[in-house]
Amino acid sequence: MKNLKLASASVLCMAAASAGSATAEDLTLCWAAWDPANALVELSKEFEAQSGHTMSFEFIPWPNFADRMLNELNSGGKLCDLLIGDSQWIGGGAENGHYVKLNDFFDAEGISMGDFADATVYAYSTWPKGSENYYALPAMGDANGWFYRKDWFAREDIRTAFQEATGRELAEPKTQKEMLEIAQFFQGREIDGQTVYGAAIFTERGSEGITMGVTSALYPWGFKYENTPGSYDMEGAVNSPEAVEALEFYKEFYETATPPGYTNSYMGESLDAFKSGQVAMAMNWFAFFPGLYADPDTGGDKIDFFVNPPQNQEGSTLGGQGISVVAYSDKQDAALEYIKWFADPEVQQKWWDLGGYSAHKAVLESPTFKDSAPFAGDFLDAMGAVQDFWQEPVYAELLLAMQKRMHDYVVADQGTAKEALDKLIEDWTEVFEDEGKL
Amino acid sequence: MSDTPLTKAAEATPPTVARKIRGLSDRAIAWIFVGPTIFLLLAINIFPLIWTINLSFTNYRANRTNRAVEYIGTRNYERILNDSDIWLSMQATAHFLIWTIIFQVLIGFTLAWLINRKFKGNDLWTTIIVLPMMLSPAVVGNFWTFLYQPQIGLFNYVIAFFTGADPSSFQMLGSVDLAPWSIVIVDTWMWTPFVMLICLAGLRSIPDYIYEAAEVDRASKLRQFFTITIPMVLPFLMLAVLFRGIENFKMFDLVVQLTGGGPGSTTEVASINLKREAFEKWRTGYASAFAIILFVTVFGLASIYVKALNKVKER
Amino acid sequence: MSSFSVTEPSNGQKWFAGILVVLYALITIMPLAWIMMTGFKTPPDSISYPPKVIFEPSLEGYVNLFTTRTRVGQEALDALPPPETWYEEIVRERDMVIAGPSKFGERFLNSVIIGFGSTFLSIVLGTLAAYAFSRFKIPLADDLLFFILSTRMMPPIAVAIPIFLMYRNLGLSDTHLGMILLYTAVNISLAVWLLKGFIDEIPREYEEAALIDGYTRFQAFYKVVLPQAATGIASTAIFCLIFSWNEYAFAVLLTSGTAQTAPPFIPTIIGVGGLDWPAVAAGATIFLLPVMVFTILLRKHLLRGITFGAVRK
Repeated sequence: MKNLKLASASVLCMAAASAGSATAEDLTLCWAAWDPANALVELSKEFEAQSGHTMSFEFIPWPNFADRMLNELNSGGKLCDLLIGDSQWIGGGAENGHYVKLNDFFDAEGISMGDFADATVYAYSTWPKGSENYYALPAMGDANGWFYRKDWFAREDIRTAFQEATGRELAEPKTQKEMLEIAQFFQGREIDGQTVYGAAIFTERGSEGITMGVTSALYPWGFKYENTPGSYDMEGAVNSPEAVEALEFYKEFYETATPPGYTNSYMGESLDAFKSGQVAMAMNWFAFFPGLYADPDTGGDKIDFFVNPPQNQEGSTLGGQGISVVAYSDKQDAALEYIKWFADPEVQQKWWDLGGYSAHKAVLESPTFKDSAPFAGDFLDAMGAVQDFWQEPVYAELLLAMQKRMHDYVVADQGTAKEALDKLIEDWTEVFEDEGKL
Repeated sequence: MSDTPLTKAAEATPPTVARKIRGLSDRAIAWIFVGPTIFLLLAINIFPLIWTINLSFTNYRANRTNRAVEYIGTRNYERILNDSDIWLSMQATAHFLIWTIIFQVLIGFTLAWLINRKFKGNDLWTTIIVLPMMLSPAVVGNFWTFLYQPQIGLFNYVIAFFTGADPSSFQMLGSVDLAPWSIVIVDTWMWTPFVMLICLAGLRSIPDYIYEAAEVDRASKLRQFFTITIPMVLPFLMLAVLFRGIENFKMFDLVVQLTGGGPGSTTEVASINLKREAFEKWRTGYASAFAIILFVTVFGLASIYVKALNKVKER
Repeated sequence: MSSFSVTEPSNGQKWFAGILVVLYALITIMPLAWIMMTGFKTPPDSISYPPKVIFEPSLEGYVNLFTTRTRVGQEALDALPPPETWYEEIVRERDMVIAGPSKFGERFLNSVIIGFGSTFLSIVLGTLAAYAFSRFKIPLADDLLFFILSTRMMPPIAVAIPIFLMYRNLGLSDTHLGMILLYTAVNISLAVWLLKGFIDEIPREYEEAALIDGYTRFQAFYKVVLPQAATGIASTAIFCLIFSWNEYAFAVLLTSGTAQTAPPFIPTIIGVGGLDWPAVAAGATIFLLPVMVFTILLRKHLLRGITFGAVRK
């Protein structure tokens, strides 16, 4: 027994030595505090055993995540060796030298970006967009999707009432407008003695919430940021008639089909509203779906999922992150080791099994993937039609402007949709002018 | 006395060094004593202030270190003064400032007057009233968002209980009309005791013989209140207003936690706006100019006010 | 006081005043009482409607505050050995397992280190400077003092802009030392101002007598002035400590992890794993309680500090 232990210890040592690390480091990985982060802790135990390094984690709740981490990067801080940063940060991370460029490392280790889903590589890894300059490895695919109370949708009394009210069968919505109709039907309805509401959507002001919610309506209506990509020519695109209609739609959704007091809510509030049985449907990131499905009260047979419904076209708001090595870290070699380990197809499969959304083609294209979870197929659909916000180095300014204009219009009820979008173009134009891009 | 560490050290000190220390003139000692403080203030207060002034004339961005910094004259200042959003945030600040001061003065003075009736146990109750203002505004403000929840929150429930309204029918933090008042309420709750304490000190500073003399002159209680109490307390009250004014002009932590400036930009007071410019948009130069404008405004208003205060004191 | 005194309020007045003040005091501590109560509720109890005043106390909030937990499937849960400790038992009831300690302990410790460190430094430097300002002729002393105090008129965010840049260059971002120095610089203006007031009140004759007895200036300062100023120093220290303890704006902008204090951390507890108000309340209680106790114990010395020494008893 003792010998066996010794032997296994020496194997471990050898593994550590062969990985090329002279000393065992304590690596800190920074990410948002949410379900997948817990899964990553689980997964990383394997890396610790294999490499001899130890892992520490700094998980920050979403509403503070961007603020805290961008501040950390901009102050040249050494808190994080590895950072799973939001997709929009990639431009700033690359141009301001916060992230280590990974091309040479990928080449040396034989990691091919072709092995990862194209949409995720484009969104999470490259800067300038679509070029072959990689600053991150796709770590977590994600998009904004929906889930609903399957048990309520299946109830005879509710189905009859819905049929009477709308002349349609109650089912997963096929368009945005159908979805609103369903939400309005549930709004204020008594179910099991409790007043319930239509749907939980994003309206948060402080970080990125309302923008992520509004774009989930804008994209299906056909919203574009620019008339021609790369031209920063926004007049007529950002404030197109479709965009105006979509924004008005979102406001109507907010006013007629959300719980009372839903003025500043994001992921946490959405989860809470759903789990407490307050709403029939809710919008949230796919990242939460494994946790929701496992929930003892509202998970299992009581829940089902659907992709953000199309309207004029298909479109989902992109979430998700790539994993980067922070340029200020003193432990970059060990951090790269982690990335190398993480890119392994077997680790990626385990990542998906534990509740993380792998972006590796070996996982996504495996024949068993679609049936491995009730939301797996929806996830593939969503990732097929994702759009992201600006990823410019000045994305934070662009986002803040959008947060303000959208919240002013949707929640604070100021002006019209057209005015809000016109003002947004003004704000964005000013930002791009300051940048010398216009 | 003789075995204190210092005497031991003095005894152990070689005579030449000891003579040197002893021989230090008062002037030298003064500078040795003041020096570290001055140095720290120069390094962490004055130098940064000068740096801020310098930055305010540039287009510097703290998140774009590899971009050339250009001096752009007073353009930042022009932009700020022409920016309608800035004026909106100044309005939000003014609303907050004026109403908190009105409420705190009225309630604070009344409480002080009541406590000065010297009923039994007033000391204990005063201490309890003082508690909120000693606490961390960020932590307490964060918890108030819970009290303000439309349905489950204690605040809404209590209001609903007394008015008969539906507790989920009004949203203190979420509605454009109520949000500015929600921050006024919490600040009043926190800081009324401050005004109260200062007024109490003022009331207690009035010597009894003045009232006794007034009584001899057969002045009514009401007349005594307006001719003795109010004028004597006024300098104290004005001081309280000065402190609250400065503090609430800078207000950040409480409002950030309560509303974060929302809904929309309804409660985006000056400090929150400044934070967005400086640490979210990273327009460092622009934010520096705004910071200087704010500083000059506070400093200017405070100086005028102090002059008025001194006049009142002289009377 | 004689019963003839015209300034002594009547009994009726006293009763009336007393009732009103007590009423106000009760209203004012309601939110604080609610924080403490919520800390002992279960998460479902904390968000029940109507709000629960009577409830079965639970330590779940405190357990959640100090741990991170992960949800596991029913099968995995059944496979686990029975919980060994009472806190594991509480967590298991929610179908979760403890994954490790939370960051709250570290952040609380940071608050203690930075709070006491900066208070100590402020008091040492402040006492020396206050003594010099009080006893020696320093050119432009009044202007200097006023200027020192006026730097507190700057909004903290405004001060934070250059400090952020400076600390970035010096490598002081997110370090204990950086925060201690910053809080000291902010506190020292108040400390000098207050302490000068206290030292001014100590008659110079004592020191002069000591100097004639052959004491050096240092000795006179150390042995004569310091003991006399002890109460003043202690109450000034409390104020510096409370400021550092409660400070939020600098902490949120200049620290991200290593040196982050509790005030920016506590509001983020809510975002981890759903809306867990009992955990927030538990954190708030632990954080606020020391200050409340200090306030009650030291109420006599409060006034001077909070009014920047402008009001003296």
